[in-house]
Amino acid sequence: MALRDSRAEAENRNGKTVKVPEGLWLKCNGCGEILYKKEIERNLYVCRKCRYHFRINARVRLSIVLDEGTFKEYDNTLKPSDPLKFEDLKVYSVRIKESWKASSSKDAVICGEGLIKRKRVLIGAFEFGFMGGSMGSVVGEKITRLFERGLDENHPVIIISSSGGARMQEGILSLMQMAKTSAAVARLKERGVPYISILTDPTTGGVTASFAMLGDLIIAEPKALIGFAGPRVIEQTIRQSLPDGFQRSEYLLEHGMVDLIVDRKDMRDTLSKVLDLLVPEVPAKSARGSSRSKKSPHAPN
Amino acid sequence: MSSRQHLEFEKPVIELESKLKELEELYVEGRSELKGEVAALAKKVTDLKKRIFSGLTPWQITQLARHPNRPYTLDYISHICEDFIELHGDRCYGDDAAIVGGLARIDGRAVVLIGHQKGRTTKEKIHRNFGMPNPEGYRKAMRLMRLAERFERPVVTFIDTPGAFPGIGAEERGQAEAIATSLMVMSGLRVPSLSVIIGEGGSGGALAIGVADKVMMMEYSTYSVISPEGCAAILWKNGGKADVAARSLKITARDLLKLGIIDKVIKEPLGAAHSDTAAAAKNMKKAIVSALGELDGMERGDLLKKRYDKYRGMGIFKGD
Repeated sequence: MALRDSRAEAENRNGKTVKVPEGLWLKCNGCGEILYKKEIERNLYVCRKCRYHFRINARVRLSIVLDEGTFKEYDNTLKPSDPLKFEDLKVYSVRIKESWKASSSKDAVICGEGLIKRKRVLIGAFEFGFMGGSMGSVVGEKITRLFERGLDENHPVIIISSSGGARMQEGILSLMQMAKTSAAVARLKERGVPYISILTDPTTGGVTASFAMLGDLIIAEPKALIGFAGPRVIEQTIRQSLPDGFQRSEYLLEHGMVDLIVDRKDMRDTLSKVLDLLVPEVPAKSARGSSRSKKSPHAPN
Repeated sequence: MSSRQHLEFEKPVIELESKLKELEELYVEGRSELKGEVAALAKKVTDLKKRIFSGLTPWQITQLARHPNRPYTLDYISHICEDFIELHGDRCYGDDAAIVGGLARIDGRAVVLIGHQKGRTTKEKIHRNFGMPNPEGYRKAMRLMRLAERFERPVVTFIDTPGAFPGIGAEERGQAEAIATSLMVMSGLRVPSLSVIIGEGGSGGALAIGVADKVMMMEYSTYSVISPEGCAAILWKNGGKADVAARSLKITARDLLKLGIIDKVIKEPLGAAHSDTAAAAKNMKKAIVSALGELDGMERGDLLKKRYDKYRGMGIFKGD
């Protein structure tokens, strides 16, 4: 969904239409440039011309920030059900099955653990391709379990969000996931277990209005759409056009809503540094029995 | 009496009621032979109301929840509180009239009361922003919750909003952050808390002041992740399918009780709360007093654990 193959006719600079062969080329959503897919992959799906960060799936995201081969997935047996027997043009269970085919996950988030420059973290990444990264019961449960594990094991938690918000097909149960996940973050804060929230394009609705805006640190990818209400809803409500760059990462930074904006290629280094600064490595020998050992996520338990 | 606004399905009742009124007037003026007729017609009105109100669809209940004459937070406050001192402002940016709050006394006990507030007249509606709070509204609510915590007063909230306001300023001042933080604050609040959905429980903007030890709903209120119209516009590309969406989303008090999201449905008088605000308020007061009583004896640690576990258990999925 995100890496839209621009096999559709794209306009080049002279206004002439060019056929883009499927699979080989991508059109940049930021500047419209036609990009060679292999090269964009090498560049972590970031446009060289305009630094537009393409939407990427959860596993690619994890592979970009984690040490190679260190990811271990948790709770991958959890699957959505259809608790409300939701009436829709397309039955919810069919929508789910289609998403299973289209993505590498059983629901819209993948959670687990891994190493960032040999530091262990608990980490979750949203799969926007799975029903717009929407949060229903499974997403809420997996995120909450990740937070709880962080609390139990005293390990930093990182969540990379990309979501349209709550999942309508699970009605009020989706809404309650906002309360559930936020309550879990409250416990992390109380105990001083670090939680880093990374916002990527797009993060809106119930995910923004719960755990995603509650990080000890909030980091955004460049030019990501981040907000509570979607721009279309706002435009319809207030009946005026929105300011330039509205709800983009840079706009949020300017308004004091995020700590920093970090390019995809620098994310891993930044996270590593933040972890070092936030959770000082306790010297292995003196750690045992000291009060600080409780605080150190890196000390062996 | 002047604002005789009513819904389509209320019309037969309204017509019959006005006939009854005429008849009663004649009877009072001395036409004593009409006594039997008055009684018969009164019974007919009651029967008709019972018939209509027992078979309401979720979409009709949505309309009742938004009824222009429905009691709002300040109406209930004036009925159930012996004292109320409204407190203003978030100490940060402004005072949001879409959320009111303050110190109150209910049945002799002091509480901190917070609620969404809609407007009745056009002018007031605009002043109250149709009950759609900006971030400063939630920040005011949080400030009052902290106040309640310091002075060990229970927090009672009334929920009645179409949703948090989707506007430029709201986004710039951190609508999402305000809601998220409020969820977190309420989940860890060290005093008993109680929420009553009195009208519209519109998504995150409602939940933001609705994370509580006990959550109750007035019989004809609704609580939903998205408005039926919004849902229909997205799924069917047709806002006209709101009735189907309302059914699909399971937004009525009865459905939410079944799903274990709320603890109690508070009965409304026949004809819904707007037909007899005093009666609705009386039922509500009784429910609040009894719920606060139940929470009274609980030790703080147990209270917090129970609250956490309640929300922790919400969600239905397969696998594991």
